[in-house]
Amino acid sequence: MKAFDYQRADSAQAAAAMAANAQGVRFIAGGTNLLDLMKLEIERPETVIDISRLPLDAIEDTEDGGLRIGALVTNSDLAADARVRRDYEVLARALLSGASGQLRNKATTGGNLLQRTRCFYFYNRAMPCNKREPGSGCAALEGRNRIHAILGGSEHCIATHPSDMAVAMMALGASVEIQSPDGKTKTLALSELYRLPGDTPHLETELEQGDLITGVVLPAPVGGRQIYRKVRDRASYAFALVSVAAVIGLEDGKIGSAQLAFGGLAPMPWRNSDLEDALIGQTPSPELWGRAADILLADAKGHGENDFKIALARRTLAHVLDAACGGEK
Amino acid sequence: MDVNFKMDKPVERSLLDTTNQNIISRPLDRIEGPLKVSGRAKYSAEFKLPNMAHGVLVGAAIGKGRVKEIDVKSVEALPGVLMVVTDTEKFLRNPAQGMDTEAPKQGVTSIDYFGQPIALVVAETFEAARNAANALSVTYEDAEGRFDFDARIDTAKPKKDSEKNQGDVDDAMRSAHANVDAKWTTPSQSSAAMEPHASLAHWEGQKLVLYGSYQMLSSNRLQLADAMGLDPEDVRILAHYVGGGFGAKLGIGPESVAAAVAAKDLGRPVRVVMTRQQVFEATVRRSNTVQHLQLAADAEGRLTGVSHETITGNLEGEDFSEPASAATQFLYSGANRRFGNEIVLMDQVLAGSMRAPGEAVGMLALEGAMDELAELLDVDPVELRKRNIPERHPTSDLPFSSRSLAECLEIGARDFGWSKRKSAPASTLEGEWWIGHGMATAARSNMLIKSSARVTLQPDGRALVETDMTDIGTGTYTILAQIAAELLGLPIDAVDIHLGDTNFPPASGSGGSFGAASAGTSVYLACEKLRQTIAEKLGGEVEDLVLSDGMARMGNTSEPLSELIAEPLEATATVEPGETGKAFVQAGFGAHFAEVAVHAHTGEVRVRRMEGTFAAGRILNEKTAISQCFGGMVFGIGTALTEDMMHDHRYGHIVNRDLAEYHLPVNADVPQLKVKFLEERDHAANPLLAKGIGELGISGAGAAIANAIYNACGVRVRDYPITLDKLIDHLPDPKGL
Repeated sequence: MKAFDYQRADSAQAAAAMAANAQGVRFIAGGTNLLDLMKLEIERPETVIDISRLPLDAIEDTEDGGLRIGALVTNSDLAADARVRRDYEVLARALLSGASGQLRNKATTGGNLLQRTRCFYFYNRAMPCNKREPGSGCAALEGRNRIHAILGGSEHCIATHPSDMAVAMMALGASVEIQSPDGKTKTLALSELYRLPGDTPHLETELEQGDLITGVVLPAPVGGRQIYRKVRDRASYAFALVSVAAVIGLEDGKIGSAQLAFGGLAPMPWRNSDLEDALIGQTPSPELWGRAADILLADAKGHGENDFKIALARRTLAHVLDAACGGEK
Repeated sequence: MDVNFKMDKPVERSLLDTTNQNIISRPLDRIEGPLKVSGRAKYSAEFKLPNMAHGVLVGAAIGKGRVKEIDVKSVEALPGVLMVVTDTEKFLRNPAQGMDTEAPKQGVTSIDYFGQPIALVVAETFEAARNAANALSVTYEDAEGRFDFDARIDTAKPKKDSEKNQGDVDDAMRSAHANVDAKWTTPSQSSAAMEPHASLAHWEGQKLVLYGSYQMLSSNRLQLADAMGLDPEDVRILAHYVGGGFGAKLGIGPESVAAAVAAKDLGRPVRVVMTRQQVFEATVRRSNTVQHLQLAADAEGRLTGVSHETITGNLEGEDFSEPASAATQFLYSGANRRFGNEIVLMDQVLAGSMRAPGEAVGMLALEGAMDELAELLDVDPVELRKRNIPERHPTSDLPFSSRSLAECLEIGARDFGWSKRKSAPASTLEGEWWIGHGMATAARSNMLIKSSARVTLQPDGRALVETDMTDIGTGTYTILAQIAAELLGLPIDAVDIHLGDTNFPPASGSGGSFGAASAGTSVYLACEKLRQTIAEKLGGEVEDLVLSDGMARMGNTSEPLSELIAEPLEATATVEPGETGKAFVQAGFGAHFAEVAVHAHTGEVRVRRMEGTFAAGRILNEKTAISQCFGGMVFGIGTALTEDMMHDHRYGHIVNRDLAEYHLPVNADVPQLKVKFLEERDHAANPLLAKGIGELGISGAGAAIANAIYNACGVRVRDYPITLDKLIDHLPDPKGL
């Protein structure tokens, strides 16, 4: 681990201001991902700003019936919150499918959104990786890419985003509250927070220097059936090969509302409005699930070892939609 | 008082069957358990010596070539850095193989695998050393590496003396009523012990003292002495507690020599703890294998031919090749037989022994092939195995020392409810899950290795056992205490066990499932000698001596041991293998039964229950023995479903080199496990009449799961691990049921 300066912020504004003017700054809260990366020197911050004592650990009702989740709410607390369990079941289930009990006790909402990829090559400093070292190349494209993206990747990077929580939040239409260094706050839809890799895979979000995520806002619950289905290589403590977050409402035997997001497939939690539009107003049927998968996977591209994810995503989507529309859960 | 005993003829009567203390075999808790759960059991990396410095190894960042330059100046100025050791003369290219008596390859200027240790950075703190190790500037000259096993498989060369031929397998295959002829593949695996390899070296004058996390101290001492150019008498190794080994700590690793060299140069104790990534990259793996199985059977389901040929990889200069046919050679009958191993030279981390080398992966293939044969013959898989239990060894014609295989199969099947199994695949759908049942035989060779121990009866009535035997989490402390307490008539808490120090008599070490029987026998023999001495003191025959509750009784005389003994009474005993090792086939046997669920849509596999029925001679402690079997069965789950050490074919490195991405089974993957032992005594094995158990539980376990997967969903996967991607394209349509 490279030696670093440690600073403690006493307000979100101060934290953002401190980060605005320093080089190589990282905020630290739970540290469950950052510390590992620092030990491996994949992250080598000059300065670490400790935000863990900021008063950002509340879960509050919003005026329009939604929920505001402080950035420092731990994954465990969020999953256990009565309102989350009642109204946003998909989020509680996604949280509990991630990491381990010990990690969830430390990991925070803001940090979870910003965790880095688990690409094997990103994790090995001797390997080319455009995300870790821009311009060095992507070793995963023609390498061991069983866990890599089939959607949204580029010829520069096919790493996936590892979060489960963010997938559920994406399906729920969450937005992110941000404290800027200039003292202002702004709000971004979660779908606008992340960037696709393109030719700059090292730039993962639209956050600007000094921006600090202070909370996540969930819109009022939409009802319907909520499912988070995570498919992985072992029963627990593994990242998703494919995950599906679904919030589906039925009206008179037809699909009235459909919000779907996918993990394990892309460099960011993946949502496709065409797919949702194609479901709404339709009668559930295996054929409809097939058409939905066709839309989702129209641009899917396998890279060898991850080819199976295309079939797996198709199968998992059908099985989740079936369960959400009254089949077995 | 020294005793030397050679196991030349079967032992008719074991003292353990006559002493009636009710200590041996009982499921006692580990005596060192409280120390471990309260953090007081000190592992090698937990020792702190005055003025200790910290070393971090630097591994090669290329897979083949040589180091052009290590720019020591690039880190010398970093805070806390003390020195950079680049001693190519002494550095080990790779760890020693188990039981080697010499150092592994040294003086290597080439880089033969990715991560090969090339330098040690030593600093005042671990953090500073790790930072400097990351910062060390090294320039390399790349060379073409041999990284792609499949592409190189045609270059495989026979392993010396591995070929065995009997009769004509090809002819048997041609004339068979039914035959199986297929290839199985298994990936590289890592032992992934919880405790990483660690060494703390310091010098007392010309003598080297090393706290090292190793399994076999007496041979480790010879390896380290040879590596450092020292007399073995001048090397002391300590390993009081070892946090798992599974073969990866059989031989000394590169961190030991690096620590010793640095400690000498610096004149300070130096501790080197490998990172998790280095444990994967620079210790030892189980080689990937390609196994060609051929089974030929007649119309009655009797085997007429058995062939098991294996191809593995290893580094140049290393001739270890996973002996996958080890159990195949004696388990089933068949007049025509063929076995052999071939090695492909690879520029990849050392391949060596990992838990049950041979059987662990060999039985995945053999027992899979037996399952396929049973289906072809329309014979129940249990019945097919029973029908092919040979009278004597099919090649050597030697008798088996003890073998309760048929009983294990029968009782295991009964307990599991095997008769309720539907033999047609894809017959049972529960919700979204296909349910299936599978079984496999367990078999693992039994060995006895030379081992010594000293037992001292103290005037205060306590006994002290000293040996350089290790306890790698298996329960050695406890079973040695049980043997001594049983034979000396003492409560177990009146026995002190001192292990893991080469100052004590040299033991077998922990490996090959021989530790309990070998070290245990040495303690048995020393106690036997002490009993004789006590009998003499009482003026009678040892046959009439009763030791119980700290009292010695002879006829009508009864005296407390503490009064009988004025001076410490000491006996050192050594056991050596002898003629019974050659005159009998010795192995533990058992039967695995598994129930799995395969998700009809996603292909996820969950093991729902797993039962093992084993017979391994006398069970020395039912609790630690069951734990050993549990551990083996969990290994079997990992082998069948998740574990795959992935090599990169272009760069040569191990891609998934941490516990997040190298998928060992976690709690949620492990269902209710059941283990049952059948009563058995093996008189040819050792005076304890016990056989090894540490590796029996893994042997065959994965195959039972694979066979259950086939029974569940009708997909036969011969390429381990059976991950869902290998199933989803072939899953049956649940609506067809």
